[in-house]
Amino acid sequence: MSTYAQKKGFGATIWDYLTTVDHKKIAILYLIAGGFFFVVGGLEAVFIRIQLAVPNNDFVSAGLFNEIITMHGTTMIFLAAMPLVFAFMNAVMPLQIGARDVAFPFVNALGFWLFFFGGVFLNLSWFFDGAPDAGWTSYASLAMASKGHGVDFYVLGLQISGIGTLIGGINFLVTIINMRAPGMTYMRMPLFTWSTFVTSALILFAFPPLTVGLVLMMFDRMFGSNFFVTTMGGNTVIWEHLFWIFGHPEVYILVLPAFGIFSEIFAMFSRKRLFGYSSMVFATVLIGFLGFMVWAHHMFTTGLGPVANAIFAVATMAIGVPTGIKIFNWLLTMWGGSVKFTTPMLYALAFIPSFIAGGVTGVMLASAAADYQYHDTYFVVAHFHYVIVGGVVFAILAGTHLYWPKMFGTMLNDTLGKITFWLFFIGFHMTFFIQHFLGLWGMPRRVFTYLPGQGFETSNLISSLGAVFMSLAVLVLLYNVIMTSVKNVRVGNDPWGDGRTLEWALPSPPPFYNFKQLPLVRGLDAYWLEKMEGKKGMTPAEPLGDIHMPNSSFLPFVIAFGLFVAAFGALFNMDDKAWSVPVLIIGLLITFGAMFLRSVKDDHGFHIHKEDLMEDDNDKGAKA
Amino acid sequence: MQAEDKLTYETWPAEPEKSTLEAKNKFLGFWFFLGGETVLFASLFATYLALKDKVPDTTHTLAKDLYDLPLTFVATMLLLTSSLTSVYAMYHMKNFNAKKMNLWLILTLLLGLGFLGLEIYEFTHYVHEYHHTFTSSAFGSAFYTLVGFHGGHVAFGLLWITTLIVRNAKRGLDLYNAPKFYVASLYWHFIDVVWVFIFTVVYLMGMVG
Amino acid sequence: MKRLAKWRLISIFAILSLILSGCGEPFLSTLRPAGEVADIQYDLMKLSTLIMVGVIVVVMVIFFIVLIKFRRKDEKIPKQVEGSHKLEIIWTVIPILLLLLLAVPTVSATFKLADVKEMDKKDSDALVINVRSNLYWWEFEYPGQGIVTGQDLVVPTDEKVYFNLISSDVKHSFWVPAIGGKLDTNTENVNKFWLEFDSAKAKEAGDLFYGKCAELCGPSHALMDFKVKTMSRDDFDSWVADMKDVEEPKVAETESAQRGQEIFNKSCIGCHAVTPANATPPEARRAPNLTNFGERSRIAGVLDHSEEDLKKWLKDPEKYKPGNLMTGSYSLTDEQINDVAEYLMGLKVQE
Repeated sequence: MSTYAQKKGFGATIWDYLTTVDHKKIAILYLIAGGFFFVVGGLEAVFIRIQLAVPNNDFVSAGLFNEIITMHGTTMIFLAAMPLVFAFMNAVMPLQIGARDVAFPFVNALGFWLFFFGGVFLNLSWFFDGAPDAGWTSYASLAMASKGHGVDFYVLGLQISGIGTLIGGINFLVTIINMRAPGMTYMRMPLFTWSTFVTSALILFAFPPLTVGLVLMMFDRMFGSNFFVTTMGGNTVIWEHLFWIFGHPEVYILVLPAFGIFSEIFAMFSRKRLFGYSSMVFATVLIGFLGFMVWAHHMFTTGLGPVANAIFAVATMAIGVPTGIKIFNWLLTMWGGSVKFTTPMLYALAFIPSFIAGGVTGVMLASAAADYQYHDTYFVVAHFHYVIVGGVVFAILAGTHLYWPKMFGTMLNDTLGKITFWLFFIGFHMTFFIQHFLGLWGMPRRVFTYLPGQGFETSNLISSLGAVFMSLAVLVLLYNVIMTSVKNVRVGNDPWGDGRTLEWALPSPPPFYNFKQLPLVRGLDAYWLEKMEGKKGMTPAEPLGDIHMPNSSFLPFVIAFGLFVAAFGALFNMDDKAWSVPVLIIGLLITFGAMFLRSVKDDHGFHIHKEDLMEDDNDKGAKA
Repeated sequence: MQAEDKLTYETWPAEPEKSTLEAKNKFLGFWFFLGGETVLFASLFATYLALKDKVPDTTHTLAKDLYDLPLTFVATMLLLTSSLTSVYAMYHMKNFNAKKMNLWLILTLLLGLGFLGLEIYEFTHYVHEYHHTFTSSAFGSAFYTLVGFHGGHVAFGLLWITTLIVRNAKRGLDLYNAPKFYVASLYWHFIDVVWVFIFTVVYLMGMVG
Repeated sequence: MKRLAKWRLISIFAILSLILSGCGEPFLSTLRPAGEVADIQYDLMKLSTLIMVGVIVVVMVIFFIVLIKFRRKDEKIPKQVEGSHKLEIIWTVIPILLLLLLAVPTVSATFKLADVKEMDKKDSDALVINVRSNLYWWEFEYPGQGIVTGQDLVVPTDEKVYFNLISSDVKHSFWVPAIGGKLDTNTENVNKFWLEFDSAKAKEAGDLFYGKCAELCGPSHALMDFKVKTMSRDDFDSWVADMKDVEEPKVAETESAQRGQEIFNKSCIGCHAVTPANATPPEARRAPNLTNFGERSRIAGVLDHSEEDLKKWLKDPEKYKPGNLMTGSYSLTDEQINDVAEYLMGLKVQE
């Protein structure tokens, strides 16, 4: 065995994950934390559908309902979808470009812990005096009027996890630009890597406006400033702008990686290279760019005037074009291919009609004058669930099945996977399709109940029944995860048999240094090219040598924990609690102390020596 | 080239800030970080412009009667000069002259400190003379947030560069710490550029009305 | 043969009613437009749906061909195709053309719906209504007529009615789905738009449309309904005249109602006015004007308009509208509530 073997035992494993800077382990942390929050957000969704199943229901009170919808939206977007997407980016992207890790492993870990503590902080609001209740958009006038600390938890929690996301984005950008293996030119990068790249750029430019918006709201609520206080000259529309300048790109931050995952799946299970690769790349970049030009379509009814509304309407419609290009490219990838119906492929196939439905209602919503009718109704609810669930969640579920062997070294059961898929697919359409009509019939969104006699009864009941199917799907998936983990049948490099990109050239899971020798990339679908020429693996681009690796560190955990502590101090300072200021100071001292320590203490990492790498080989040889 | 290598004037590379993979990553990552910071300040600028002169009643002083242009002009000069001195510092860093680099950096720090002092004086002046405070109006909130965010960045920069100088005072330059100095100076230039915009948008345009 | 024809007729009716029920209620649904604005919006909906269904059909045809034809049957490796410029140009250009087809009417409709030039004209005789939203009720002020009412918006049919919208507390949104939507009531600025109410369609809807708050505004957001009563211009004019006749608070008729009026004057009049010409500045009006309360269509916007429901509401408003601002602002015994309820139900301006 090599000298770098991990210690065994439960405590040692926990400590290993608390201090890890390995992108593959961080990916697992993201997957677990994101999966946990996904279940939490899903439970909230179930409560919403129970409450709305019949008119005048009193399953939850009006105030509690608003807390549930706020937390459902916030949790699903920030704490479930984003981290789950980040899990796959972390797990796969460095492998796809042939890198040994990300550019800033320490920052990578820090990003995770910031997200994690921010998310925990936000959810702790349930146990203090109530969760945020102003909607996930937290429009300023309502948020300012909101009593209790809910909105403060929202502001501080999102601020902390937002910083984590931002530095994660920078990290991926630098990784992709600087750390591609020899021969991996930009136009040979797999589409998932491309979408990670564009997404990271979106994160970089979209999160600062959110940060500013949250800071302004924090100042207003905690320190008496007047940004949103109308009587003091403030203006709540500023919040709407800042939020949506972030909020719209956020949609693409979520959906582009989903496109990336599906692009991989379509090519793999059709055994064909992606049709129109360069136009796919172009469309991805274009969608990312246009994503910043359209935020005001969320504000058509705010009263910005016809000029602004018309411009943003046309700009929004324009996004339909690159998205359409993508759809047709995917279809043509399968055309003439050899399509195998694996679980990931089922999600990818179901994604096309589902996402098309979300896309066309998006174009309908873009039509400003008609949007005055759709805005803030169940039509919008249906639309964005078709996009986010039909696009992003399908991709996450597909990615879970697809990359599970690469991350854990064992396959999820395909039959159970298909059961999950069908339950989820049926439940999803049952829940959300009818909601288009509810909106058109006059049902506003975010209502805690509705009166009988308005024609909403049957449709709401159908919608609620759909949620049952989706819940069952998640339960089957959880069962599948547990069952396959217990069985733990190990798999080889390319368990699907159709792998095309570099990650499938590596063992499952890959060794902690990923590539013993960096691979030589000779074209798009690097591993596929080698396979087609009858080779077993990649041709190395460098002689076997020492590998430089980063040291593990507990500091990322500490830095994030300090902010978590400080946030409590800041929050309870509003109540003039005596302990709040000391807690705030202690928290900040922890954070800045740890940062200072990181700054002054040299960290050169360590080297894996050539001899040990060769020993690894011999070990395996002996076993086999 | 490894970060821990001991180097001499002769073996010192032409671009020490980009000579190892870690350094290259740091260099690029920091540029991206500054890109994000640009958007952050852009959002603050937009907020300020939307709330400029938005006060609850007529007793509040408006921008054109408030700003002390001579004072901010001196502050601007201090900060611009400090950018220049940090350029000299980097010049000496590239020439493997740690001593001179530190001297110029200390000069940079002093100028930055002077700027910060003037800003604090300016703020207290507004508060006491004009009752223009963080909580008195939306205008006040936006002004202190925008200018204060910049001031906070200056203060952080001062602490950062001080830490760097103290930490590396004894061991001199190597390829591990050279990129650190370099990105700190990048940061300092960024602060300077933001200030140029603040001076233009807040103070000069504020005087016009 | 005859029987078959009959069956056919019945099935046609069945399908027709199914389609109609698929369009929602005539007083509430955007798919049953009852005014010019809703018509324009409905036309845009139909146009965009048509275009989009076309796209969906094309995609689905290709999709199902792929599903059927290109299943994996053997281990053969298919030909690796890079792409096709011709195809890519086709599916770039055609969507652009389709979107232009939608963009042009969208832009023209957007400008048309925002056209409120008439409001600024000095000698315009267009009806202007100031809408002010509050937690959780609506105030409708007719500045030209000098009257204020709440919860039930009264409008003449077949003419453009102009609206000034603003909010007193948090942001709400003013929406009458069947007539046209929707504009936010912001806290810092007045938004303006117009609506038109079609007399024939209004008759189908029983001359009463449902209005909603569409922006999350707190616990009772779901219950912040209002109603729109439509009538001919003549009826409207006489309603205005009747309202204006109430210069002093109307004196109650029955003994119990008179007791109720006394109680009302002690406990309620601080917030609720009972004369239509309200001198209090708009920002300071804390509760709905009750001048014509007896002629309202609902209690508090959501309960049936009956004395029983009114009593229930007065006893425990929190139960029916959580978070409303009336809860706890008065304390009345059950008898007092009975008296007040009788008084309030007698507040009518029309005979």
